[in-house]
Amino acid sequence: MSDTTETKQVLPDGWEMVIGLEVHVELATKTKLFCGCANHFGDEPNTNICPTCLGLPGSLPVPNEQAVHFAMVLGRALGCSVEPGIFARKNYFYPDMPKDYQTTQYEEPTNEHGAITLPDGRVIAIERAHIEEDTGKSTHLGGGGRIHDATATLVDYNRAGVPLVEVVSGPEMRNADEARAYVAELRDILLATGVSDARMEEGSMRVDANVSVRPVGSDELRTRCEIKNINSLRSLGRAINYEARRHVDLWTNSDQPNQETRHWDEEGGRTTPGRSKEDAEDYRYFACPDLPPLVPTAETIAGIDESMPALPAARRAALAAAAGVGEADTLLAIERGLDGLACETIAAGGDATAVMKHVDQNLAEGQGELTAASFAALVSMEADGALSSTQVKTVLAELVANGGEPAAIAESMGFEAMDTGELDGLLDQLIGDNPDEWGRFLEGDNKVQGFFVGQIMKATQGKADGKIVNQLMRQRAQG
Amino acid sequence: MSGEISRDEVAHVASLARLSVTDDELTTFTDQLCVVLETAAQLNALDLDDVEPMAQPYPLANVLRVDEIVPSLDRDEVLSQAPAAEEGRFRVPPALGEAP
Ligand SMILES: [Zn+2]
Repeated sequence: MSDTTETKQVLPDGWEMVIGLEVHVELATKTKLFCGCANHFGDEPNTNICPTCLGLPGSLPVPNEQAVHFAMVLGRALGCSVEPGIFARKNYFYPDMPKDYQTTQYEEPTNEHGAITLPDGRVIAIERAHIEEDTGKSTHLGGGGRIHDATATLVDYNRAGVPLVEVVSGPEMRNADEARAYVAELRDILLATGVSDARMEEGSMRVDANVSVRPVGSDELRTRCEIKNINSLRSLGRAINYEARRHVDLWTNSDQPNQETRHWDEEGGRTTPGRSKEDAEDYRYFACPDLPPLVPTAETIAGIDESMPALPAARRAALAAAAGVGEADTLLAIERGLDGLACETIAAGGDATAVMKHVDQNLAEGQGELTAASFAALVSMEADGALSSTQVKTVLAELVANGGEPAAIAESMGFEAMDTGELDGLLDQLIGDNPDEWGRFLEGDNKVQGFFVGQIMKATQGKADGKIVNQLMRQRAQG
Repeated sequence: MSGEISRDEVAHVASLARLSVTDDELTTFTDQLCVVLETAAQLNALDLDDVEPMAQPYPLANVLRVDEIVPSLDRDEVLSQAPAAEEGRFRVPPALGEAP
């Protein structure tokens, strides 16, 4: 995470935040939840619609087995008990739902009572992770895009009926960094299980934050606001901090926040009020008569558990142990999906520090054709001084692009090992040609070190290892 | 569950369902709904402690379909039946407030 909000004090002394997150995750199925229309982001408007997702009379929903499977996989990955689930109708009138109700799980969700363990070890409870359908996409015309001043609304139903799981945390996070770590962890779990592509910017992972504040040491839950329209981890942190400060201001001025939905305004850096919750939260839920319950068998759940891939927490622990580093130093490797490669390379004899350095600095695009064996061989060549660090980067890029043997690639690129004797000779010559500079180096002016290294690099066309040149210079200065 | 429902509750439910009802209708519907609820309330006289709650009368579970794309409707045909369309989308009066 780039900016750390934790280091700055966000709230005045004596106040703490209470944050719960509702994350809507679009499942990576081929089709929608209750019909065979394509679940595909970015298609021409209203090209993936049918009588079922348009709510036309006489149409009947049939759940997608892959969506149900993904939802249960996510439930088990979050440590939930996977229970019989019942679909209900959430009744409301809004043009984004042509049926005038959203099919969702209400009293009997598929997944309940799980948890996410953050990289720092803190455990955040998951209350439920239920299955529901997504709504259509509204575009408001006129009024400069402002909902309240719109002259008309255009609706695209391609997204209506796309399968979602809504993951609801307990109100257990205490600062913006924790909330962001929770969302990042959930994203990594989604990617590890393949349940969703989890792209916040494309809306396949949407985060709503419930924020309130209270005096430190109290366990009360004060009036909360639900913040929507958060499109990145950075926005999430900013929105939470803004909203918590707003609440403290209200409470300390003998006022209080209204329970309401608010919108994060990224440009203005503030939240603005949306619909008031009080009069709208009467959805008259009832069990959907068209949809029989989802009843997972013991075999289904055992099968899901058996084929569960390694999850981020276990992968962090494995890599931290293999590389001899803290779990915090493994986050980039996990995010890039390079932890397996790193563990195997270290097991194949690659120096752990060098492996982790390359994973963090030189493998942003992923491993490509690079194998653990070739990675380990390359790291050994680097350690032996057979290649300079610039040459190692070049060979590594080639291994990622096309694979192969590092020694053969180095040879084909003309990266022969410079033997120390050759460098010694070059250095002697340079010292002879530049006595003033050498004198300054002997007097302790380390800046001229770069001059000598640069000259040797030039003479050897980058084949020399800067570290070895430095060593040779220091040896001469001391000797 | 008692058979009682107030005029205010009926008015509230009507407004949630976007139904406009006159005062006279409100009286009529309140009386009728009271009768319906009284009838349903007779279930309370039964001892149902040992009966599992059920959401459906059918002995069905896990009725699922495979995740395979089937052709969607023709957009122009669908939109031609909408009251208004624009840019390939349904055009509706401005939505008040936010989606829930
Ligand atoms: Zn459809």
